[in-house]
Amino acid sequence: MIAEVGHFALILALGVALVQTILPMWGARRGDLSLMRVGSTAAQAQFLLLLMSFFALMTAYVTSDFSVQNVMQNSHSAKPMLYKISGVWGNHEGSMLLWVLILALFGSAVALFGRNLPPDLKANVLGVQGSISVAFLLFIVTTSNPFTRIHPVPFEGSGLNPILQDPALSFHPPFLYTGYVGFSIAFSFAVAALISGRIDPAWARWVRPWTLGAWMFLTLGIAMGSWWAYYELGWGGWWFWDPVENASFMPWLAGTALLHSAIVMEKRDALKVWTILLAILTFSLSLMGTFLVRSGVLTSVHAFAVDPARGVFILAIMVLFTGGALALFAGRAQILRQGGLFAPVSREGALILNNLLITTACAAVFVGTLYPLALEAVTGEKISVGPPFFNATFVPLMVPLLIAIPYGPFLAWKRGDILGTSQRLAMAALFTAFAIIAAYALSGPGPWLAPLALGLGVWVIMGAVSEIGFRAKAFRAPPDEVFRRLRNLPRSAYGTAIAHIGVGVMVVGIVGTTAWQTEKIVVMKPGEAEEIGGYNLKFEGVAPQQGPNYREEIGSFIVSEDGTELTHLHPSKRMYTAPPQATTEAGIHAAWSGDLYTVLGDDLKDGAFTVRLYFNPLVRLIWIGTIIMFLGGLISLSDRRLRVGAPKRARAPKAHAVPAE
Amino acid sequence: MVRFLTMVLPALVVFAFVSPALAVEPDEVLKDPALEDRARVISKDLRCLVCQNQSIDDSDAPLAKDLRVLVRERLKTGETNQQVIDFVVSKYGEFVLLKPRFGPHTLVLWLSAPIILLLGMFVMYRAYARRRADANRDKKTSLTAQEKRALNKLLKES
Repeated sequence: MIAEVGHFALILALGVALVQTILPMWGARRGDLSLMRVGSTAAQAQFLLLLMSFFALMTAYVTSDFSVQNVMQNSHSAKPMLYKISGVWGNHEGSMLLWVLILALFGSAVALFGRNLPPDLKANVLGVQGSISVAFLLFIVTTSNPFTRIHPVPFEGSGLNPILQDPALSFHPPFLYTGYVGFSIAFSFAVAALISGRIDPAWARWVRPWTLGAWMFLTLGIAMGSWWAYYELGWGGWWFWDPVENASFMPWLAGTALLHSAIVMEKRDALKVWTILLAILTFSLSLMGTFLVRSGVLTSVHAFAVDPARGVFILAIMVLFTGGALALFAGRAQILRQGGLFAPVSREGALILNNLLITTACAAVFVGTLYPLALEAVTGEKISVGPPFFNATFVPLMVPLLIAIPYGPFLAWKRGDILGTSQRLAMAALFTAFAIIAAYALSGPGPWLAPLALGLGVWVIMGAVSEIGFRAKAFRAPPDEVFRRLRNLPRSAYGTAIAHIGVGVMVVGIVGTTAWQTEKIVVMKPGEAEEIGGYNLKFEGVAPQQGPNYREEIGSFIVSEDGTELTHLHPSKRMYTAPPQATTEAGIHAAWSGDLYTVLGDDLKDGAFTVRLYFNPLVRLIWIGTIIMFLGGLISLSDRRLRVGAPKRARAPKAHAVPAE
Repeated sequence: MVRFLTMVLPALVVFAFVSPALAVEPDEVLKDPALEDRARVISKDLRCLVCQNQSIDDSDAPLAKDLRVLVRERLKTGETNQQVIDFVVSKYGEFVLLKPRFGPHTLVLWLSAPIILLLGMFVMYRAYARRRADANRDKKTSLTAQEKRALNKLLKES
């Protein structure tokens, strides 16, 4: 019964989405306010209906109702409650339902918080948002219905893929989708603005908080996936340039570029054409990511051709929205004449450089991800494009970007002073040089470029710190004035600086673990000890144990440093029963200097095991960096000038806060 | 099964193919550490042919092990890294390389990013030059400070 309610609510939501698409846009065309207002009501109704539908599916999972096919295929009664819940989106149908739920959540949020948007803009935004919902709801209802019943009802379900039974992974998709789908708002705003033909700095002001919110969630979502891969997959890697990872990374890159170009548009009324285009492209990349992951095209072009129903549908959605928006853009871009003249060396110039490099990097990832598919489809030739290709194309683009980051916030709008800025960055440069020398002295053997790369991270961090220091007149004014200035700096300035610090911290982590990871692959018998990363590990042997839906072999290591016992590590190998599959759980000891990472391997005779021991220097900074980036975004979002629906008087000139000099 | 797996979570599908045992095993490791290091470097650029986007260094598939052993055997005979890679490619085709070779079939792949970068720079330069020209023209046609003062004076007087 509950499943039917869910199904019914889903179909009803489709109807409501249709209404949301047609009426408000028609109203905006005719200038009919009451029709435009239907948009808000429909957006909220659609959200509530989808919420109902989603909870119906969740109920079926929680109560292990195996008469629902989706539950039968992806759940099991012995599964821990957390994974019964996360199982809802741990499959194709459920994850698509989550997708549209989040889409509707954003739509209703615009309806709710966008009170002071011009009514016709709001109506068009909600209309475009509704049309995306229509497309995806049609997709779900016709090809991916999660509420299909089966008869006879099986006694037990087949279970969730064990590799997905993990706390970090449970919350990875909701975060990722919130990011992915959140960019739909920027897209809808762009299309709505193109329809109405009015695009001004206010547009950027309205779009930025939504883009920033989506970007923050996508940042965390990607970081969670990477963190999970690190501790679960068992060889200490954290990014694999895998097509599925790239599918989420491309919208992130485009979204990052969009965040920066929207600043130029808001403050200087420039870069309009480009910003609108980026808003369209960012969400198009989200759609493409959905297509790549959902269609099965990644496994092989062949697999896609065998069962094309779903893939072709999503492809059609992608082509329709991307193509439609781009066509509209091509037709209307002429009306977007720019204001705001500026010199190449200026804040605008720096933000353009940011956009140029990030967009090129995004294009490199795009081509690398799709090229093998395209080549195989066209010529039948099979090639592989893996991490070595991406490292060779992506990294060289990031180096100039990282060098340039500290300059950006220092440069004045319109015309910047590169010499003056370099002088203001002298402290940061000095600190960076010191860090590079220290890295050479301390690191021992390793790639000779590594300390320089580490310096890049330090440079970005110190550049951001210097900028805040400069604005507060640190060392140049009496302390109480410095504190007063620090208190009065706009939060968006802190947000920028903190997000940039996050980037620097992440770079330090990436360089640290990539350049100086040490590894030992050894056979150990109980009682034997090994040294790695300054730790001594004594192998105690392996014991079997029974978990809720798996049995495991748990290894035991005593970790000591300089003769004092620090901790015990328990890497294990799990054998899940439903479905039968093996996983490894690494044993990790985290410290500031790095992670001691242990993996249990094959059982050889006489209690001996193959073990893999790693020391991953600074690796945690990668994820700490992303959390700092998230916090930077959060602080920026809390700036009242950026807050959703902030009144117009925030445009007072004082708010610009260009450092007074 | 494969189809089921492709329907699992985004961003994770591929990892579902990863089986969790160890990749390089102790018995494969060469005695000469310099040679072993070279073997590892080569292994990282060779694809495990039966896996999804994994190098033979990361994979525990039997075929990956065979390839790792093969690489090490060739190295022991004194071949250079390039010779070893060429041999593996001659045997398994270019699909085995995680970093495709530059050639007619990969022109688009390798040149896209540099071309986009150059094109972007060119477009930016053109936009800047055009707008500077516009601004200069405006400057020529607009009033100088002196003229403005004169005009203001006239307006005030009238």
